[in-house]
Amino acid sequence: MKKNSKLSGLYLGILFFLMYLPIGVVVVFSFNEARLPVRFTGFSLKWYQELFHDRDLIQALKNSLILAISSCGVSAVIGTLGAVGLSRIHWKTKGVMEYISILPLMIPEIILGMVLMAFFYMLNLPFGMLTLLIGHTVFCVPYILMEVKARLVGMDPSLEEAARDLGAGSFRAFWDITLPLIMPAVISGSLLAFAMSMDDVVISIFVTGPRVSTLPIKVYTQMKTGVTPEINALCTMMLGVILLVLAVYLIMGKRGKGNKRDEQ
Amino acid sequence: MKQFKHLIKPYIIWASILIVVPLILIVLYAFTSDGNEVLTLHFTWANFAKFLETTYLSVILKSFRLGILTTLICLVCGYPLAYIISKYSEKVQSFLILMVTIPMWINMLLRTYAWMNILSDNGLVNNLLKMLGISPITMMYTDFSVIVGLVCNFMPFMIIPIHTSLSKMDKSLIEAANDLGANPFQTFWKVTWKLSMPGVVNGVMMVFLLSISTFVIPKLLGGGQYMLIGNLIESQFISVGDWNFGSAISLILAVIILIFMSLMKKMDTQDD
Repeated sequence: MKKNSKLSGLYLGILFFLMYLPIGVVVVFSFNEARLPVRFTGFSLKWYQELFHDRDLIQALKNSLILAISSCGVSAVIGTLGAVGLSRIHWKTKGVMEYISILPLMIPEIILGMVLMAFFYMLNLPFGMLTLLIGHTVFCVPYILMEVKARLVGMDPSLEEAARDLGAGSFRAFWDITLPLIMPAVISGSLLAFAMSMDDVVISIFVTGPRVSTLPIKVYTQMKTGVTPEINALCTMMLGVILLVLAVYLIMGKRGKGNKRDEQ
Repeated sequence: MKQFKHLIKPYIIWASILIVVPLILIVLYAFTSDGNEVLTLHFTWANFAKFLETTYLSVILKSFRLGILTTLICLVCGYPLAYIISKYSEKVQSFLILMVTIPMWINMLLRTYAWMNILSDNGLVNNLLKMLGISPITMMYTDFSVIVGLVCNFMPFMIIPIHTSLSKMDKSLIEAANDLGANPFQTFWKVTWKLSMPGVVNGVMMVFLLSISTFVIPKLLGGGQYMLIGNLIESQFISVGDWNFGSAISLILAVIILIFMSLMKKMDTQDD
């Protein structure tokens, strides 16, 4: 095998530079004193101060957090039960059901969004937090389901059988044996779903009501008017939160893998 | 463990109500007229016929052109990157791949917005040009800005599958080709490229699907007047209110995607 030449190293550098440059620009100019992203005139936190005085924005952030936590909670229950159930059935429709379970991740977001909008309209549901919550579970459940399913495949079924043989009821066996074993997957799947829910723009635009907005929706509507330092500051803070969630997710994933190795 | 079978019930109920029923509903919408009342069905082909009007046809063509162009650029820039990454030691590789995936975690809005900072009329590039004494160029709200946004957003989806198949490749095959007298170009074309085909197919599929169905990126970087299929669907549902036509467009988009996916799958299996 030939080693990488200097030229290929340079190419790598240029592409990574292009990938990270825009993000860097946002972060740097969020601390800029001047209004225009022209020249760095001095370090300042005033755009962050302005953010904290923007009541609509704080409300949007609250909405986003409530929405992400509740849709994750609901999805964790449905997704975990679904994954455990799917691993136990041997129906002919199993293949179809597994296909349907990942369908929301394969359909373009825009189609999913409008499909849900039409559906909620037909059901006469009031557009707002409720429709947002239901809409978000549609793409949150598959993430959790997939993580838990992958974990169940690697699990030793004899552990649960042993518990049953030792006299535990089926509920007890599930609660004491299966659930703790799949818990890392449930948590990492939920974190993934949480990040997706906090991040979602497209589906939220379709299923939200006129008065309720989440953080991404708020950012999206403000962006249409152009570049402002407040949005730079807001984006920098969102970036911080995302990186934090990502770090937790990666650490959880490593721990999950470590556990798997211990079992073998 | 038959006792756990009933655990799946809530999931089945959820999936059928929120995935299956709405999808059927949209197909129904696409073939009916008379606004949003589903209960009074009037079957019609009018929604699809409307599509053949030149304004809408040009939107589809434009989406195709941009989708193909974005996919090509991602492939041409992403393949060498994946290739270079796969040549490093395993530790460096996993670090570099993490570096590729991190932007995927960052909000799509944020990444798109970052480009607005750079490309806008008083943005970074134009200021650099001004300093060099060159007259500024309008880059925002053009095909160029939209393509830059699409390529940067979707590049990781091209790099990762290609890297996966390159790193799984049996390295001795390359040595064998070299030993048998193939020049580097022949080795690459006949061995490496062929073996990385599954990754290329996956990457092309992902990037094309994402770029043909997007609507946020063209709206932000292309301006309010910029129309791709995604924007057309959005405007039919949110501002125009012609849901039947909107559903018909989505159905056409779904069919395009299905055809494309089966074509790519065929290519993949042929190479095996």
